[in-house]
Amino acid sequence: MSDYKMHLLICSGTGCKASESEDIINSFTSLIDEFGLEDEVQIVRTGCFGFCEKGPIVKVLPDNTFYVRVSPGDTEEILKEHIVKGRTVQRLLYTDPVTNENISDSKGIGFYKKQIRIALRNCGFINPENIEEYIARDGYMALGKCLAEFTPEETIQEIKESGLRGRGGGGFPTGLKWEITRKSEADQKYVVCNADEGDPGAFMDRSILEGDPHSVLEAMAICGYCIGADKGLVYIRAEYPLAIERLKTAIKQAREYGLLGNDIMGAKFNFDIELRYGAGAFVCGEETALIHSMEGLRGEPTFKPPFPSVSGYMGKPTNVNNVETFANIPVILNKGANWFNKIGTEKSKGTKVFALAGKINNVGLIEVPMGTTLREVIYDIGGGIKNGKEFKSVQTGGPSGGCLTKDFLDTPIDYDNLIAAGSMMGSGGMIVMDEDDCMVSIARFYLEFTLEESCGKCTPCRVGNKRLHEILDKITKGKGEVEDIERLRVLSSVIKDASLCGLGQSSPNPVLSTIANFENEYLAHVNDGKCPAGQCKALLKYEIAEDLCTGCTLCFRNCPVGAITGERRQPHFIDQSICIKCGVCFEKCKFDAITLT
Amino acid sequence: MDTINLTIDNKSIVVKNGTTILEAASGIGVHVPTLCHMKLHDLNIENKPGGCRVCVVEVEGRRNLAPACCTEVAEGMVVNTHSIRAINARRTVMELILSDHPADCLICAKSGNCELQDMAHQLGIREIHYQGEQSHYREDTSPAIIREVDKCIMCRRCEMMCNEVQTVGVLSAINRGFNSVVSPAFEMNLDHSVCTYCGQCVAVCPTGALTEVDETGNVIRALSDPSKTVIVQTAPAVRAALGEEFGMEAGTLVTGKLVASLKQLGFDYVFDTDFAADLTIMEEGTELLNRLSKHLSGDKDVKLPILTSCCPAWVKFFEHQFPEMKDIPSTARSPQQMFGSIAKTYFADKLGINREDLVVVSIMPCVAKKYECGREEFKTNDNPDVDYALTTRELAALIKISNIDFRTLPNETFDNPLGESTGAAVIFGTTGGVIEAAVRTAYEIHTKKELPRIDFAELRGMEGIRKATIDFDGFPLKIGIAHGLGNARKLLEDIQAGKSEFHAIEIMSCPGGCIGGGGQPYHHGNAEVLKKRQMAIYQEDKNKVIRKSHENPYIIELYEEFLGEPMSEKAHHLLHTEYFDRTE
Amino acid sequence: MTKIKSLADLKKIRDEVQSKIKLRENSDHPEQTVQIKVGMATCGIASGAKETMNYFVEELEQQAIDAVVTQTGCMGYCYAEPTVEITLPGKGPVVFGYVNKSKAEEIIEVYIKRGKLVDGIIPVNFKTIDE
Repeated sequence: MSDYKMHLLICSGTGCKASESEDIINSFTSLIDEFGLEDEVQIVRTGCFGFCEKGPIVKVLPDNTFYVRVSPGDTEEILKEHIVKGRTVQRLLYTDPVTNENISDSKGIGFYKKQIRIALRNCGFINPENIEEYIARDGYMALGKCLAEFTPEETIQEIKESGLRGRGGGGFPTGLKWEITRKSEADQKYVVCNADEGDPGAFMDRSILEGDPHSVLEAMAICGYCIGADKGLVYIRAEYPLAIERLKTAIKQAREYGLLGNDIMGAKFNFDIELRYGAGAFVCGEETALIHSMEGLRGEPTFKPPFPSVSGYMGKPTNVNNVETFANIPVILNKGANWFNKIGTEKSKGTKVFALAGKINNVGLIEVPMGTTLREVIYDIGGGIKNGKEFKSVQTGGPSGGCLTKDFLDTPIDYDNLIAAGSMMGSGGMIVMDEDDCMVSIARFYLEFTLEESCGKCTPCRVGNKRLHEILDKITKGKGEVEDIERLRVLSSVIKDASLCGLGQSSPNPVLSTIANFENEYLAHVNDGKCPAGQCKALLKYEIAEDLCTGCTLCFRNCPVGAITGERRQPHFIDQSICIKCGVCFEKCKFDAITLT
Repeated sequence: MDTINLTIDNKSIVVKNGTTILEAASGIGVHVPTLCHMKLHDLNIENKPGGCRVCVVEVEGRRNLAPACCTEVAEGMVVNTHSIRAINARRTVMELILSDHPADCLICAKSGNCELQDMAHQLGIREIHYQGEQSHYREDTSPAIIREVDKCIMCRRCEMMCNEVQTVGVLSAINRGFNSVVSPAFEMNLDHSVCTYCGQCVAVCPTGALTEVDETGNVIRALSDPSKTVIVQTAPAVRAALGEEFGMEAGTLVTGKLVASLKQLGFDYVFDTDFAADLTIMEEGTELLNRLSKHLSGDKDVKLPILTSCCPAWVKFFEHQFPEMKDIPSTARSPQQMFGSIAKTYFADKLGINREDLVVVSIMPCVAKKYECGREEFKTNDNPDVDYALTTRELAALIKISNIDFRTLPNETFDNPLGESTGAAVIFGTTGGVIEAAVRTAYEIHTKKELPRIDFAELRGMEGIRKATIDFDGFPLKIGIAHGLGNARKLLEDIQAGKSEFHAIEIMSCPGGCIGGGGQPYHHGNAEVLKKRQMAIYQEDKNKVIRKSHENPYIIELYEEFLGEPMSEKAHHLLHTEYFDRTE
Repeated sequence: MTKIKSLADLKKIRDEVQSKIKLRENSDHPEQTVQIKVGMATCGIASGAKETMNYFVEELEQQAIDAVVTQTGCMGYCYAEPTVEITLPGKGPVVFGYVNKSKAEEIIEVYIKRGKLVDGIIPVNFKTIDE
């Protein structure tokens, strides 16, 4: 690397910064200066390595040595030993927790195996608008092999053996779904790709369609071959203009190359794909509602059975799979079911993409094998909690998932474990909350979402969720009573039990899981009139400590509503009936005389 | 497998494959409560969105409760319809519905006839544990129907009737979540929509969300105004249903009591719309024969088939949906309007009073009649031929208000000259009746022979679309019959496509014809009620001495004294009308 | 372009394009070509990836630096968008985060032209299916 012989890559992500990485950089800088190595060694600040649990991290190039938990006091040793003498500082190396061996090269560290990109394999790697780049990565090879060498039954068998389950949230075995649709006899069948990604914060489907649209097209064609359909439809929300554009380009290119259309690869198999636009209603992710929406009807679910596999779009057998599910298909067929089913847990095979969001350092899209623990995702990959705050809860499964506590951090993630823990996989949203988040407010927030997104067809969801929200709102406003908690529990259980579709059946999850895991917070609200996280404005109280107040009048002059009174150089007072709890006085006071309770 | 073995409430039963839990349970006397579900057997009308969730039952091994109305039975299924879990869910659901429903039951138009009220009673709801915000919407008043949307419980029955049965497409669910409600698009008013006012939405609404415009107050005022002569006409279907409002068995004919009650209410003359129905046959039958003879003489421009025009909702339907075909229906006014027209000319002259001093009230099984009598073309100097149209239900209310014990009333007879009618007129009240009446007269006029038989069984029944060929002395007259506007649409589309084989088609908007009209006592989803009314109508026909319209002596007198002959200029002026393109 | 009419056709095209991808179009002198991939998913574009990509294209052209700038999908580091992956001739790919115009300028001046690393590298932390 040109003039420099060595590079010191030092993490300056939030987590490592909080643990003195800036001091390490400063220390190295002065040491390098001292030793006259300015022209030999360059210090590079990097983004978060994601391995914050072991931070601060210093990586030495070109030999790729990976030092963990480095402190400013270690810099001299690294410089003298490693940089000057070329000897690795053993005590700062990562120790493999299983073998207890020190590992110097980062490639050997298990952490970097925590993410395996299957569904996202091409995202960020190929140009999504160039079909040749997809083909170069074995694109359409799975389709070609199926058409040339395998019967639909054999292909379905391979998918079944892979153990792939629906990534849209339900977790229904994909191969089985295909088999049922294949066995439904009809003159016309359809393959539908559910790209109506609606969970707040989840965007893996969009990323796949934007970054690797051909993988979905190829999988849909394979599905069409398997179930006996010649028509595919992608139901995509109109709010995804880029994904739509990329899909359109991809479909056009695939047609030009003869990979969609009539007599694909000389196998007498016809398949073509069209787009259908949704208006972004959350409930249209439910497959019967999705189908109604595609038919031009109001997007609301109908009772199952009949399942779409038997009677779906236009009353014909229809196989509906989600984007991420489809994106896995070509890889499974190329690498074999046995390659795929070695990844993951007993009942959940392969990987899952999660959209990490909330109070976490590395917000983004990750893909991990099933069975990875929440702790690994949040701390190792996500880089831990922002600003060094304390982890409080993680919400998985979108608005209808549950909020899990730190007790669940070591739970291996798969469909069944999450349900057992009171949450769900959903489409893979993962929102991390810290000590500043009020769980009652969180539950209210999610209810607000389901309230707006309910189709209104069935009573429990239409009216029940409204009442849940009203009770939660009452509690956050300090007007709750202890009976409200039981009322929430009972009503939630009826809504779960009696609602028509998955939306209603899961909408009370945030309420039930927060009551189960954070009942104390609820009790604090209703019994003590306090919000432990300090989020519920109505429950906050700003007061001026007489002994600390100097009567500087700064708070008086800044209060926007004139709630503060007092003479110059005399203690001031806040009139609680006027105070709007904006917190300006609290910020302005130079004498810490204003307290928040 | 044709049969399924299952257990419901500890009873083992065998039912046909495809049966729902609800049907299977009712077979063994277990009545699972339902609210949104409605099934009119034989009419092919069913509403089962599975939305209200009142009918949820516990099925062993299932994670969630199952709606009995739309869950099909399965082999070995074990159902408990009254487990604590099911009862609790059902009652909670009911409380939730009530928590978003105005509690003005005491003064609600539907009080005493409300399925929601009944259900709250049945489930023993004494307290609503989940109070909160209630939905509020603007009340929508049209010439015939009032939408009090606050009372909508999203059962979607009206939506199903409007879209699937009538194919009118005005009502549908709008908005989402708590704000969702059934409404015309963009929450516009009914009178700005293509609503036909058929009133089938009103007929099936379980609550007071959809009701007719109440005119009883206006009628009471008119009756107590000494300067007015108030006369009344009653439609054929009313006499076969009114008794139900007083606890009588469906299908009880109450013609005599009906007349007695109207006299006791103080109407100066009690006449019969049936008289005008006979008049309609004279005009419409003649029109049919005119078109037919032109057709037979090779006139290529003559419009055939001819369509009946007695039903105001049907008229409004084709004015909106098929305006290019507005020259096909008969130009004959409906019996209600013919009556009004004759009353305010011929009869007012006889009494020697101005039309303004004569108030014509009609008792109709229909809500669209309210709209019809307000149409501009049926007014002279802004004075309508028919002043007020009351539904059968409103008449019942009027009788109750006036302290009349309907059940003990003696039988009385209609006044003359506008009260005499034939059996042909009576059967106007059921699907197939108008065309049968027309055949009875047209046959004899056309063939100049006496009918060998009077009853035409081939024209009767409840099937949505029926057809028959009647031998007109060698000429096969092909007749089509449709009830329900969705069925009418099919026949119209055939005509549009040049595929129609018929010479004459009868169309009634309401399933069953006027006996199933939107203004009739509520059938609450029981199709047997409609069938019994139909049987009563045919019985009344049989009871009549005269059963052909052209043999009605007062009709003959009316033509001799006043109109001249059918389709005369005067008849044209008073008894015929024109239609308008309402697509703009 | 020819239509793919069989599995053999597909394999042939794959082999052709694979070498092409490896050498990134400028197959005459691959050693001298800089390859730049800009993450152009919605998250990237929302954070200004389009401007970044345009800047690279224009600036490299102006400075006559032989480079191939392409777009790609989301690399998953959404917190650090826009992200850009740069492969210098003979070197492994390096991902930079928060690449706005001034960062791009720095990358061109310091990394591309002089081979010195600059701050803001995003360590790649996943395995691909090929590993």
